[in-house]
Amino acid sequence: MTVLDRPAVSAPGPSAPRRGTGLLLRWWRRLTAMRTAIVLLFLLALAAVPGSLLPQRSLSQNKVNGYFTDHPKLAPVLDRFYLFDVFSSPWFAAIYLLLFISLIGCVLPRAMEHFRALRAAPPPAPRNLLRLPDSGTLVTPLAGPAALDVVEEELRVRKFRVVRRDGELSAEKGYLKETGNLLFHLSLVALLLGLAGGKLWGYEGSILVTEGQGFCNSFQQYDTYASGPLVKSSDLTPLCVDLKNFRAKYEQNLTAASFTADITYGAPGAAGRPTTIGVNEPLRVDGDRVYVTGHGYSPTFSVTSPDGTTYDDLSVPFLPTNQQTMASEGALKLPDIGTAGNDQLALEGFFAPTGVIQNKILTSIDPRPLDPQVAIFIYQGYLGLDSGVPQSVYSLDQKQIQRGQLNKVAAANLKVGESTTLPDGTRVAFTGYKEFASLQLSHDPGQLWVLGAAVSLLLGLLGMLLLRRERVFARVAADPGGGGTVLTLASLTRGSGESAPRFAALTDDLDDALADRAPALPTGGQTP
Amino acid sequence: MTPDSMSALSDHLFSVTVALYSLAVVAFCAQLAFGRRPARTPELVGAGAPAARPDEAPEEDSRGRRWGIVAMGLTVLGALTQAGVLLFRGLATDRLPWGNMYEFATATVLIAVVVYVIFAVRVPALRHLGLFVLAPVVLALVLIGLFLYADAGPLVAALRSYWLAIHVTTAIIGFGIFFVSGIASIMYLVRSRYEARLADGAPAESGIVAKLPPTAALDRVAHRTAVFGFPIWTFAVIAGAIWAEAAWGRFWGWDPKETWAFIAWVVYAAYLHARTTAGWRGRPAAWVNVVGLVVMIFNLLFVNMVSTGLHSYAGVS
Repeated sequence: MTVLDRPAVSAPGPSAPRRGTGLLLRWWRRLTAMRTAIVLLFLLALAAVPGSLLPQRSLSQNKVNGYFTDHPKLAPVLDRFYLFDVFSSPWFAAIYLLLFISLIGCVLPRAMEHFRALRAAPPPAPRNLLRLPDSGTLVTPLAGPAALDVVEEELRVRKFRVVRRDGELSAEKGYLKETGNLLFHLSLVALLLGLAGGKLWGYEGSILVTEGQGFCNSFQQYDTYASGPLVKSSDLTPLCVDLKNFRAKYEQNLTAASFTADITYGAPGAAGRPTTIGVNEPLRVDGDRVYVTGHGYSPTFSVTSPDGTTYDDLSVPFLPTNQQTMASEGALKLPDIGTAGNDQLALEGFFAPTGVIQNKILTSIDPRPLDPQVAIFIYQGYLGLDSGVPQSVYSLDQKQIQRGQLNKVAAANLKVGESTTLPDGTRVAFTGYKEFASLQLSHDPGQLWVLGAAVSLLLGLLGMLLLRRERVFARVAADPGGGGTVLTLASLTRGSGESAPRFAALTDDLDDALADRAPALPTGGQTP
Repeated sequence: MTPDSMSALSDHLFSVTVALYSLAVVAFCAQLAFGRRPARTPELVGAGAPAARPDEAPEEDSRGRRWGIVAMGLTVLGALTQAGVLLFRGLATDRLPWGNMYEFATATVLIAVVVYVIFAVRVPALRHLGLFVLAPVVLALVLIGLFLYADAGPLVAALRSYWLAIHVTTAIIGFGIFFVSGIASIMYLVRSRYEARLADGAPAESGIVAKLPPTAALDRVAHRTAVFGFPIWTFAVIAGAIWAEAAWGRFWGWDPKETWAFIAWVVYAAYLHARTTAGWRGRPAAWVNVVGLVVMIFNLLFVNMVSTGLHSYAGVS
């Protein structure tokens, strides 16, 4: 409907600012047109696709790194287009923001119109009622106004809003349909705002906690954390959690049945309150939630130096590499053990909760700690921990090994209680294991807001899709063939379902009602 | 009965279901073959033609009708045995029978059949659609049996929540309804091309296309089912988000399944808008609906089996 070719600007055309606003207005109309909205919806769907096909940083930085190693040429190009951060990319935001602007531009005028319609009377009947899709006539001996009285009463019983005008009647119901429509679309806006709020003021941190240990809610303590740009460290809820006991239960076929953690929680320094959390059952306290997101084993070792000094209870979490068998890998770094600075001790290896040795290789066959075993390489030398280059907690720095600063001095498969002796006389014993839980603390102030928006969105959707908006018009005229009245009826329906059978039912009911009143005509009908 | 014999019974019922649906397909074919040939004078041509209600069934001779009744009977019987598949799975494992992809897909197909049966009972003209719903259903069940089968077993810890009943059940119902809607739109596309050819003066054909319900009826089925399915799907997504908040620590994290559920939601929203927008009505809108179905199926197969995400509960080894 928009005309694109403007008349050639010759004589005093519209002044520049007016032309500018005209152009803006045209763009605005185009943006808020339904066609544009459909195209934007499609773009949004399309834009989300790479987010599921390519690894995403928000889901797994490791997988993104893996993609970079596998596709060294392609990955940086994709990265330039934010294809590893699709859902926080500017182009994804551009699409949904345009869509929301289009939505607001479409819905606000409709809301105002609806607000007016709510207070206004139903519109007058169209001139030719029989042209409407559902229409028909009834003949009654009643006089015109009396016949309309009957129609009005019947429609009011059906919750129509009725207005009578000279010799005709307009009725309307189903305003809730449009209300639902508006509620749905405005809820989408509210949902987006809630999401944005959660992103700005929310944070989450995760940490591995071994039984008997704990953590407090501060960014320094977490292994990894992510926080919104408006979060200040001082805003973090003062909360400390201690892990007392972790239990994993398995079915007979080794399907994980439950993971539960007995914890105590409370303000720092205060006596903690005990509770149990598990899968599907987080701790909820003051807008923070604490989850168990995983678990694993920390093998414990003891080291006895040649001079007889014994270091007990040395343990570190080994990360499970196989969730079915809980086979785990990790590294224990002991920079403080050893006689000289260049004599640091470290061990790296494999932990099997239920170990079986096949061809001298240790594997795990059961996630339960029925027969814990480790296969370890023991290194001595310089770990490079104070070199300033950050190291993974779960593996040794391979560069130190390549440089020859860290040397493999022994390899052993050990059961609980067994030990191996290094060439220099140091004895390393595998003494047992502890269980650890990965805990996550999340804070999302937008969450309840989003839930509320989702619920009202659903309500609006139901109203919009399941209700009908219906207008009924009636007009009376004297019956040219006799003394009665010809009543012309028509209805206009917007919404689901078939209107014809309903209109037929309405006409039948009206016919019955008119027939009921007809005998009363001699007394009641003479007044006019 | 022991759990083992119940799960064996469930497996047998699966085969019986496939057999019954296959017979129903044969009977639907017979109905189309023996049913009355369409009038040679194409009644739909011309502007004044649609005086008769467009979705009224073309009259059928008694042979065609008999085959139609047989086909519907077999379909209903098949739906009952298919419900039995799930029932005995549930009894064998003492949990809701949609804990892995085999069970989920079987339940989805059942919902599609039930939705079709409801429509066929209410709108007789749509019984002709049977072949086109049941044939994909048989194909889907065979593929499910071959590739998705998983032994009856307990659920992993994360699935042990009452949200399984809420989220997965509504997802299955929504998917089943969208399945019927998508089929109706595919039929619409086929039929509307035929009607366009008729309007161009091509002679009426006697093939299957001529026996499809008219476009208006197909469009109405597609739209009504989508209107019915959309709030259910919306609810399934919201319920999933609520569950995810308890199970995974966030209500939305763009996990592949979540992403594709979102894509499907957006596509169906586009379909509902398209159907009432000038320039999109008719065939374009029907295409959008077909894209919606493709997205749903992709979400079921690809996301569960190929990509790795939190929703990887397929249990397919």
